[in-house]
Amino acid sequence: MTKGQAISLQKNDGGSLTAVRMGLGWQAAPRRGLFGSRTREVDLDASAVLFADKQPVDVVFFRHLVSDDGSVRHTGDNLVGGVGQGGDDEAILVDLARIPVHIDQIVFTVNSFTGQTFQEVQNAFCRLVDETNGEELARYTLAGGGSYTAQIMAKVHRAGAGWQMTALGTPANGRTFQDLMPAILPHL
Amino acid sequence: MTAELVRGQNHPLSQARLEIRVSAGTPIVAGATLGDEQGRIHGVEWVAHPGAPTLPGLEVSRQAAADHRLAVDLDAMPEAVHRVSVLLALPIGAAGPTRFGAVPTPFVAVTGLDGTEVASYTIDGLEAESAVVALELYRRQGAWKVRAIGQGYAGGLADLLTDQGLPQAHQLADGINEAVAQGMARSVPAPPPRTDGDRSRQTAAPALGPDQGGPAPQSAPGPVSPQPPSPYGTQTPGGPGQSAAQPDSYDIQAPGVPGRPAPQPSYQGGTGAGDPAQPSTPTSGGPIDYSHPRRQNAAPPPPPTAPPAQPGQPAQPVAGDATGWSMDERLYNQVWGMFEDLARTTAAYRSAVDFADSRMEKELDQVLSDPRSRIGGQGDAAREAAQAKHGQLVNQARAALDRDIAQLTAEAEVVEPALPPAYASWDNPVWHGYRVPMEIPMALRLGDLHLPESEGLRIPMLVRLPLERGLWIDSGRGGSLDGSFTDSHDLRRLAMETAVAHAARLLAVYPAGEFTVHVIDPAGSGAQPLAPLVQTGVLAAPPAVGAAGVTETLTRLTERVDLVQMAVRGGAPDSLPPGFDTSEQLLIVNDFPHGFDDRAVNQLRYLADEGPAVGVHLMVVADREEAAGYGPLLDPLWRSLLRLTPVPDDHLADPWVGHAWTYEPSFVPPGSQVLQQVLTQVAAARTKYQ
Repeated sequence: MTKGQAISLQKNDGGSLTAVRMGLGWQAAPRRGLFGSRTREVDLDASAVLFADKQPVDVVFFRHLVSDDGSVRHTGDNLVGGVGQGGDDEAILVDLARIPVHIDQIVFTVNSFTGQTFQEVQNAFCRLVDETNGEELARYTLAGGGSYTAQIMAKVHRAGAGWQMTALGTPANGRTFQDLMPAILPHL
Repeated sequence: MTAELVRGQNHPLSQARLEIRVSAGTPIVAGATLGDEQGRIHGVEWVAHPGAPTLPGLEVSRQAAADHRLAVDLDAMPEAVHRVSVLLALPIGAAGPTRFGAVPTPFVAVTGLDGTEVASYTIDGLEAESAVVALELYRRQGAWKVRAIGQGYAGGLADLLTDQGLPQAHQLADGINEAVAQGMARSVPAPPPRTDGDRSRQTAAPALGPDQGGPAPQSAPGPVSPQPPSPYGTQTPGGPGQSAAQPDSYDIQAPGVPGRPAPQPSYQGGTGAGDPAQPSTPTSGGPIDYSHPRRQNAAPPPPPTAPPAQPGQPAQPVAGDATGWSMDERLYNQVWGMFEDLARTTAAYRSAVDFADSRMEKELDQVLSDPRSRIGGQGDAAREAAQAKHGQLVNQARAALDRDIAQLTAEAEVVEPALPPAYASWDNPVWHGYRVPMEIPMALRLGDLHLPESEGLRIPMLVRLPLERGLWIDSGRGGSLDGSFTDSHDLRRLAMETAVAHAARLLAVYPAGEFTVHVIDPAGSGAQPLAPLVQTGVLAAPPAVGAAGVTETLTRLTERVDLVQMAVRGGAPDSLPPGFDTSEQLLIVNDFPHGFDDRAVNQLRYLADEGPAVGVHLMVVADREEAAGYGPLLDPLWRSLLRLTPVPDDHLADPWVGHAWTYEPSFVPPGSQVLQQVLTQVAAARTKYQ
């Protein structure tokens, strides 16, 4: 999937997507220091911002793991990343059917809390998955992507009666989602 | 240096005066037998047991306990004695476990008199056995050694003693069990089993009042009240080598040998070599069992499953449709799940309405500021359009809320009738079939909670037992939501009636004799509401009156808190004096601070802070205004108590979103005798218990 490409979250059989998951995975940086004992931990954070008509209404991130209405849930903060490749280290689950009626867009972001740029992080990726069947809808490789500390990844927005996803993939800089707000707004 | 022995291993003993410490985590019997060179017991006088605890050079305890210290003086042993076997057995006849496989792995240590560990042994691998030879001390070429035995007997003490060649083994075993049963009657019972904190969900967090610590989400505090005694309670601090993982009994057995029975003791003690009296314990040849023996390892009965939903319809609700190891726990989790669902769906609704309001306001402002809107009907049209948009969004939001409320209401309709007494309101018929329970329930219903958007949907307010904080029944006028109670006298009476109903509920859901209620009523003004408690005779003593009564009751309970704290901190909860009443205590204080001096106020604060952890709870019926004279001194007291009102009041916040929920106590239906009936049964059971 490429930047700016929109895909409808309607399934081929006509049913619409009911649950999506944003997954984020990365690998801890190699150990440094004379004896390999000094760790360089990398903490990436996944966040989701819920908008109603371009107004941020609720945010799901490591300090607020469940949106007040319960439709968006973060599986919990991972401070060091995975040791291997593959699995999601942080995930945000979205129950599309339960999103409050006035919320029309949800933007997913990734930030480097510890400040390393994505160039320095190994095997970092983020992806969107159809939670009902595990099918990957979009995937980005963050590693080597440039000297950025954040990425506005994708947005899921209402389209007619269903939902649509648009890949954004815009690099940005910031420690938490708050820093990204100015960068997010043009995409709404 | 401690030697950690494995089964069959021995270790030299350099001292003659020793202590053998046993930690079992559950009450067990400890004894010792003396044997000659062949390991044979010469007669009953060679067995030290609770009925005959002292032999030359040997002393054991008189009763079953989770921790034991056996004193041994090897120099004082008769010449003929070549072997001292330390035996452990599960008490017979008590309601407790009957097999070592069902209790935490026992641990024994041989220590010097100064507490230094010489050798230790964890007796793992036990299954159906109810008696075990833990260790033996034996003479070898004039020197004493200790050997780890771990020889279990499914047939209990009788088989064990028979194995050591005692002719009267059966009679003696019966005698020992008899002596233990007598000892049990006067000993401190083991702490009641509690649900492990790690199973409780986040939903177990208590609801907080906004004025009582804020609506911040609470992580689930597992019950922090009295810890069960550590199985290593008597171990010397810093005793090396005993990792915390040790009580976990996992059979160390080569994986990949499927079908192999549970390991037999590889060492056969004493004369038992090749003895057919081997414990026949092999369970079915299952895989390695890594489960903690104290945890319930049988699969819980499957939860009721909801019938398949009609397409497009939500599934039919079923009571108990939640996770949990028992119906009690499943219903508890279901109720908290409903609580969370209602909080969140209402949050979605309120957020949508707020948004619709602000959007309409903005649009109307635009209409006003737009000069074109003054021409013709354009302004009106724009205004109408804005209002229509608002109405449409609010209707959508309301429809979503109504859909969820309907589903939760249907769930409540099946859940309410299924609730056990502790979770049920007073008008639930389950109270008419009330029987004094055998076990403490997981939680207690203190009332109902609801939100203005869904007046008809009442969520039971369940708090975990034992109570983690005291209760404050607010008799102040501020507690009245609609101001209808202008007569403070009525409100005070109602507050005391509410307190009595809560206390009755607590008394009723605890097993007989495990909950004791004290009352301080300095001016006697609570006499009328207290009548159900006084007349049925469920109180420990008549309500204390006057300043002297206040002082006496507070001092007694303060001393109790000190005593239990000392015992718990000293790691010796078994060391409380015999006859010590171990039940949970509740102190109802009416009319606070009437009759209280500064000292009494401080004692009350102390009880509020320190009491819950050691089973002493407060229920203060008070109007905060009347205690205003104490200034900020009492603020911590009010904060530490959970405020409840005798009338509906919206002061409780949920732990997720922080809505203000209207709390309403569970009232006894007018004219109903259910409270008296229940208390009469409680009183009868108490009499029988004593």
